[in-house]
Amino acid sequence: MNELSASSRITYRAVMVRPDVARRIRGLSDRTLAWLFITPTIVLLLAINIFPLLWTIYLSFTNYRANRSNVPTIWLGPDWYQSILTDPDIWAAMQVTAHFVIWTVVIETVLGFGLAYLIDKKFRGHGMWTTIILLPMMLSPAVVGNFWTFLYQPQIGLFNYVVAFFTGSAASSFQMLGDVTLSPWAIVIVDAWMWTPYVMLICLAGLRSIPDYIYEAAEVDRASKWRQFCSITLPMALPFIMLAVLFRGIENFKMFDMVNLLTGGGPGSTTEVASITLKRAAFESWRTGYSSAFAIILFVTVFGLANIYVKALNKVKSR
Amino acid sequence: MKRTMKTLVVACGAVAAALGAGAGITPAQAQSKTITLCWAAWDPANALVELSKDFTAKSGIGMKFEFVPWTNYADRFLNELNSRGSLCDLIIGDSQWIGGAAENGQYVKLNDFFKKEGISMDDYMPATVVGYSEWPKNTPNYWALPAMGDAVGWTYRKDWFARPDVQKDFKAKYGREIGVPKTLDELKDIAQFFQGREIDGKKVYGASIYTERGSEGITMGVSNYLYDYGFKYDDPKKPYAMDGFVNSASAVKGLEAYKELYKCCTPPGASNSYMSEGLDAFKSGQVALQMNFFAFFPGLYRDPNVGGDKIGFFVNPAGPAGQATQLGGQGISVVSYSKNQAEALQYIKWFSGGDVQKKWWALGGYSCAKSVLNDPSFPNSAPFAKEFLQSMGMVVDFWAEPSYAQLLQAEQKRVHDYVVADKGTAQEALDGLVKDWKAIFKEEGKKF
Repeated sequence: MNELSASSRITYRAVMVRPDVARRIRGLSDRTLAWLFITPTIVLLLAINIFPLLWTIYLSFTNYRANRSNVPTIWLGPDWYQSILTDPDIWAAMQVTAHFVIWTVVIETVLGFGLAYLIDKKFRGHGMWTTIILLPMMLSPAVVGNFWTFLYQPQIGLFNYVVAFFTGSAASSFQMLGDVTLSPWAIVIVDAWMWTPYVMLICLAGLRSIPDYIYEAAEVDRASKWRQFCSITLPMALPFIMLAVLFRGIENFKMFDMVNLLTGGGPGSTTEVASITLKRAAFESWRTGYSSAFAIILFVTVFGLANIYVKALNKVKSR
Repeated sequence: MKRTMKTLVVACGAVAAALGAGAGITPAQAQSKTITLCWAAWDPANALVELSKDFTAKSGIGMKFEFVPWTNYADRFLNELNSRGSLCDLIIGDSQWIGGAAENGQYVKLNDFFKKEGISMDDYMPATVVGYSEWPKNTPNYWALPAMGDAVGWTYRKDWFARPDVQKDFKAKYGREIGVPKTLDELKDIAQFFQGREIDGKKVYGASIYTERGSEGITMGVSNYLYDYGFKYDDPKKPYAMDGFVNSASAVKGLEAYKELYKCCTPPGASNSYMSEGLDAFKSGQVALQMNFFAFFPGLYRDPNVGGDKIGFFVNPAGPAGQATQLGGQGISVVSYSKNQAEALQYIKWFSGGDVQKKWWALGGYSCAKSVLNDPSFPNSAPFAKEFLQSMGMVVDFWAEPSYAQLLQAEQKRVHDYVVADKGTAQEALDGLVKDWKAIFKEEGKKF
């Protein structure tokens, strides 16, 4: 009995407590039992993922508007797809999204890996510093959006004062959120501030997974620190870094809440990322068919890019 | 056993009597039903809560309130209506919603009810009836009772205007006395004069104006300039024909003038300002002038720092083509998905009463009833009452079509792109707006 695995022990106890149930279960095949366990999950997935997806695909070919349920629904074919893909405003929104995604991912990866590298070196109080660094990602994006709006306020905002202190210019001489040139960077800064710790955490897991004996062998071979970093640390942490890039890339492609709170897509349409355009079409204009088509296009884009990326990630891991 | 039963019966009787007596004291305590009223979260909503206590006392119907901040007001309640939700029995919906709400069957048509209860739309200011109740416009089809009259007006720092140093400097610079601006040019002069000036050792700015991008802010602001410069939504003789009316040379000048005011005379960081940002700027003593809805003026007048003798009010000044102002305000409607329509209609009947309308104004709401507004004592009943009356006589509203939200979004984008983001020219912005609006109306099947 002592040699039984944990799961066997649990089964044994169950048999002891409810022999009638056990008898009934004993009569079921493994396959039936497996189906019994996964059916609730499949039903849930079908109800909240697959059905809405199929329904959205259907709506994307119609003129349906959620606020005009008394208007007959007409099949339009691929009209919405055609008009979206040829709409310069949509392409402008995609460019804004690309700028945001690329810069946030680059900055967060570089800073996140750098911080992880530093934290990995055990020093006094490193646990406390890790906790402090992780604080921003524990906040709600709505809270972050709101308080950064105050930090960026040209007259009373701390950010402007800090910049003014170092540059010598007047604090109210520039507006991070109201300026066409600065506002795309303002949202990048806030996202980097909030999510760099997340990338750091993933990279830290990667760095801690590298066995010490590899470094010891490199020391024996008299490899320099730089050589150790390039030949051991970076390649072995690369799958983790790539995973962090994937997560942040997907998340930022869908970014809505924080940008909406910071700039509302403005000034003009300077920071109008694709999700804000989509929300406006879906829930302000109530062009449900049109916005469904746009949502499908965004979904296919993210899904396609993520798949290509995952293949690359698998290649790196198998090396 | 018999004795025990007797005691029990007596005890039950006593409890029932106590409960019954308690319940029978006032109708308020006997609230058999409760209805929910949905509106924006702002000063007048608090006044309505106070006012509605009388309704509960009189009818025994309890009142619940669902107030949502302006920035989410349209999103929240249009979602509610579009999803056929029954959260709101009564809704004080924005004036532009009326077309969509009427055509999509979200509001109860009130004609029969008005006729039965003797409520006449002739008893309300014509602009408010057209703006808040009628769809299609200028036809006797009523979907709401005018509830909260409102328009865009201006406040100014009366105490700053009265300072000898300000008066002296202004006269030296502009060759005239500083005073309430009669024209938009004069308004710009005043704003420019105060921009960056030191008052009591503090740097102040010219004006707080609407520049908000996300909902309706910049449209509600720029309209006050566009109307005065000659902008029209369409050809008065040919509905939906917009070329030469929306993008006329004079409308272009109006848009340019609004941008000039934004660039020269607003506080730093005012690129996304609407009602609450304007209030903050004025209350904190940052600006000399503030564009805002009249609904906020009672609260501002009561403000301990900038209210009382320190604040003055004026109507939107005239421009080269005339004088008009943007309509605000709302009507009160019964939601067609409500399960308490009878009680909701009862509320509307009560609200339309003359005494209730008087009290509504006294508490800080803006009545639309002629009995209140045409009372000889009305212009002197509050420091902003005369200006309110004048403004309500020259209001213009945005499109109230079922597609109003799309039309609004198009203007928000085009105007914000030009005024705040410096993209293109005013002519390009208004030409683009005509193009967008035409596409929206075409999708709606309108002929023009």
